[in-house]
Amino acid sequence: MREMFTKSMARNIYYGGSLFFILLFLALTFDTHRAWPERDNRQAITEQVAEGKRLWEENNCIGCHTLLGEGAYFAPELGNAYKRFGENKEALKIFIRTRPVDGIPGRRSMPQFNFTEAQLDALAEFLKYVSGINTENWPPNVQG
Amino acid sequence: MEYQTQAIARPYFIAAIGLFVGQVIFGLIMGLQYVIGDFLFPEIPFNIARMVHTNLLIVWLLFGFMGAAYYLVPEESGRELHAPWLARLMFWVFLLAGALTVIGYLAMPYARLAELTGNHIFPTMGREFLEQPTITKVGIVVVALAFLYSIGMTVLSGRKTVINTVLLTGLVGLALMFLFAFYNPDNLAKDKYYWWWVVHLWVEGVWELILAAILAFVLIKTTGVDREVIEKWVYVIVAMVLISGLIGTGHHYYWIGVPAYWQWWGSIFSALEPIPFFLMTLFAFNTINRRRRDHPNKATVLWAMGTAVMAFLGAGVWGFMHTLAPVNYYTHGTQLTAAHGHMAFYGAYAMVVMTIISYAIPILRGQEAKSNRMQVMEMWSFWLMTVSMVFITLFLTGAGIVQTYLQRYTDAPQTFMVVQEKVALFYWMREVSGLVFLFGLILFIASFWPERVRQEQPLEPQTA
Repeated sequence: MREMFTKSMARNIYYGGSLFFILLFLALTFDTHRAWPERDNRQAITEQVAEGKRLWEENNCIGCHTLLGEGAYFAPELGNAYKRFGENKEALKIFIRTRPVDGIPGRRSMPQFNFTEAQLDALAEFLKYVSGINTENWPPNVQG
Repeated sequence: MEYQTQAIARPYFIAAIGLFVGQVIFGLIMGLQYVIGDFLFPEIPFNIARMVHTNLLIVWLLFGFMGAAYYLVPEESGRELHAPWLARLMFWVFLLAGALTVIGYLAMPYARLAELTGNHIFPTMGREFLEQPTITKVGIVVVALAFLYSIGMTVLSGRKTVINTVLLTGLVGLALMFLFAFYNPDNLAKDKYYWWWVVHLWVEGVWELILAAILAFVLIKTTGVDREVIEKWVYVIVAMVLISGLIGTGHHYYWIGVPAYWQWWGSIFSALEPIPFFLMTLFAFNTINRRRRDHPNKATVLWAMGTAVMAFLGAGVWGFMHTLAPVNYYTHGTQLTAAHGHMAFYGAYAMVVMTIISYAIPILRGQEAKSNRMQVMEMWSFWLMTVSMVFITLFLTGAGIVQTYLQRYTDAPQTFMVVQEKVALFYWMREVSGLVFLFGLILFIASFWPERVRQEQPLEPQTA
């Protein structure tokens, strides 16, 4: 940082560098949009899946679980829950439906959300859709 | 204090620290729930406690940034703040909106809050860190715009320093990127892709600009080092922030359904992300070594050095640890992420807000620095909080390594809950460290309590 490297040079790197990388980021984003149809399992997104996503959000599931590794680390990963439950939607529904209202003494327990049958179906469909997204084989194994 | 309107910063700082206390208390509740699973269940389930913990963090840091801007922008611009009434009004709007939102989280089930606030009309809720009802999000935008108006007009019509320019760029970026919080498509891959434009481009992008500007301001004031030298440093640091951090977003894109080339882009550029933090450490130590004066506020100088070091460790080193795609494949979404998150947020953002508070509060009271006794107390709070945060990070790192191995890496992977029980000891130790942290924070507040004894330094206007 001697006289050879002046403040205006530093400023130009800041503005020029930022602009260049903003444009590169936008270009990569554009290409990602182009590649998505092959990877994001969009053909599986039905009305029911959209309803499931809304339920997922409106009950703040991300406050305990991770979904594709993002969220809270208090409860198991759910991006592959459909696979972990043996690709059995009924098993997922039974698990959610049978959570005890007052929890389990001394242990972590998922709250009882009192979902209707239709809502349970929507959630299971949502988790099935998520498990079909191309995640480059993440997580490493079925335990998530 | 050179300008009357700088005093607007004071309620912002007080609110920030008040909310910080709330954040730590909810952190302790969650920490206990990690080991005593039914603690406060079902009254305050973990997801609610976590939402309060993280949302309070974001809100108190925003209060801190706004307070910092209201304090330093008039002084840098060489004029009073534009539309100070708006800044005073927005304080109450933001505080009320924040309080109502937190009460909403605690008073009713989250689904009920979503229903009451009409989430089905414009669904934005229920995504990590963006859990606020849509109406609160609109409120945040209004507050941000009003804030930018006051600050922007002051900067544009006053002396344009590098600190002001960088701070303003950071704040405009903050407001701009938040708009992506309103985009919530049904397609989860897209949802996640743009969710990171808020989260990553905040904390690993524009917030670092704000951090650099605040740190540079405090260093100029406390060391008397020539502005030209400091400004050159600031430009180099923020240039490196954006050069590494923009494409560095890719380190969140490895496993969420985007093309695999993001593993290369993300790994290479996020591996550069520690550089600006390292430069910040060099910058702080260099500047303090070359100081032209010994500022009586020694505690502030300690906070400034601490910020630089802890930001480098938490964001730089702990971030790099799990940022390369082949490593992240095993560590993604484990306690290692939590370890990194804690030290990075504390080191970079919590500490820089405490730095500016430490510097500004005595001056707002008409002294250059607190009494020696109170400064010693403040330095104790610095060490208690910082050391206990180092231990929180180390215990979570231990938990994360064991979890990664048992659940992901070994040939016989075990289920999530079995592994959680095996790392319970680390969680207990983390909780104890958390109690020490709370004690440190209380000491920090106590060190700012008005003293009954007369000061050794009577009302001397600050001139540097």
